[in-house]
Amino acid sequence: MGEAIVITSGKGGVGKTTTSANVGTALALQGKRVCLVDTDIGLRNLDVVMGLENRIIYDLVDVVEGRCKIHQALVKDKRFDDLLYLLPAAQTSDKSAVKPEQMKKLVDELKQDYDYIVIDCPAGIEQGYKNAVAGADKAIVVTTPEVSAVRDADRIIGLLEKEENVEAPKLIINRIRSHMMKNGDMLDVDEITAHLSIDLIGIVADDDEVIKASNHGEPIALNPNSKASVAYRNIARRILGESVPLQPLDEENKGVFSKIKKFFGVK
Amino acid sequence: MKKNQNVTIKGTKDGLTLHLDDSCSYGELKKELDLKLSESSRAGEDRLISVRVQVGNRYLTEEQQEELKELIRQKKNLIVESISSNVITKEEAEKRREENEIVSVAKMIRSGQVLEVPGDLLLVGDVNPGGTVMAGGNIFIMGALKGIAHAGCHGNKEAVVVASLMKPSQLRISDCINRAPDKDQDDEKREMECAYIDENEQITVDRLQVLMHLRQNITRLQGGS
Repeated sequence: MGEAIVITSGKGGVGKTTTSANVGTALALQGKRVCLVDTDIGLRNLDVVMGLENRIIYDLVDVVEGRCKIHQALVKDKRFDDLLYLLPAAQTSDKSAVKPEQMKKLVDELKQDYDYIVIDCPAGIEQGYKNAVAGADKAIVVTTPEVSAVRDADRIIGLLEKEENVEAPKLIINRIRSHMMKNGDMLDVDEITAHLSIDLIGIVADDDEVIKASNHGEPIALNPNSKASVAYRNIARRILGESVPLQPLDEENKGVFSKIKKFFGVK
Repeated sequence: MKKNQNVTIKGTKDGLTLHLDDSCSYGELKKELDLKLSESSRAGEDRLISVRVQVGNRYLTEEQQEELKELIRQKKNLIVESISSNVITKEEAEKRREENEIVSVAKMIRSGQVLEVPGDLLLVGDVNPGGTVMAGGNIFIMGALKGIAHAGCHGNKEAVVVASLMKPSQLRISDCINRAPDKDQDDEKREMECAYIDENEQITVDRLQVLMHLRQNITRLQGGS
């Protein structure tokens, strides 16, 4: 029996889809069977970020309405051998095409076959959000170091805490610009975590490579040399229960940090 | 004939007190009251006499109270000052208990959430921007207040808001509203502060130690030294 993780944020454009794609990919890289579920019906793009758009035949709404079997709708990622699948959202319907109960049934069915179901949640707190959360066991809230994104994250955490079947949510702070944080022009990591008072599961630096990779339909997590990639892989390892220290944000500090870590024998 | 009178009138310095017996029926009581007042009404005086009504262990509904007041008022120079009874309904008792209770809550009040209590609120946690706490009485926050706090929300002007970190987006006490300055002065430490309505009907924020002089009713400790 696998577990379902919903990736949500409240605010749009903070990187839910990118995070879903990369966390899913990173979990698959760790040898887990992963199914990505796009619940952004009507505005799907997880398939684009994963580079699987051309292979979509059936979608989530087709499954829910009984036009096909689940396995027919699942798109296999060829880069992984039978580890990573995507259940795409429909582009032609809207959020009301699916009910939370149907979503829960679907996710429960997927949990039989996969270790992790990563659910990409649409922005907002309406129907789409309710669908995405319905089947989830765990939740990850994505935010950026901006006041508006943090405010919405706070709201969404409040809503998630009311969901009985969802564990206490974890936080990812995305698009960190270390120089702005250092100058105090951006909320810093400690400030955000203290404000939201939930556990931090990862920080991801703002990286041009992420956008580049997304545009090529190739999740950054596949590229081992990028900083963001390491961040996503670390998040996957933390989901699997490993304790991995946070990446140092600063290039300059990096040297010092790694020296200290080497000194103490930490990898 | 009855042995005891159901209605007795006693004169005091401040006026008259009507003692209404609580063992007879309400109908009987009304009849006797009417009779008694009619015979003793001193039509000649124009000075208004205030009357206090003491009904003992009888529970009077709103309508009954109105009825009695009406009855007494008809006697030209009598005015009912108060009706007091030894008993209240369970509902009222429950409500009074709630209004006097300090409710403690260990929670984060996040954006979009509203927490309301009838009495005093003791919050162990933060109120984040966009979150609201409301209380019929005082609000004590053992955390950061960054959202909205509304103390005395049913009109109690004596209510106060106390917070370990006072950075509210808005403060409301009774019907007064105060908001944070538009320019955020970050250098200011806003720790251990309280807010109350001052003599100018304005919400004032000060260090919490001033409350022990301004709002002595917060202290509920009986006796001691």
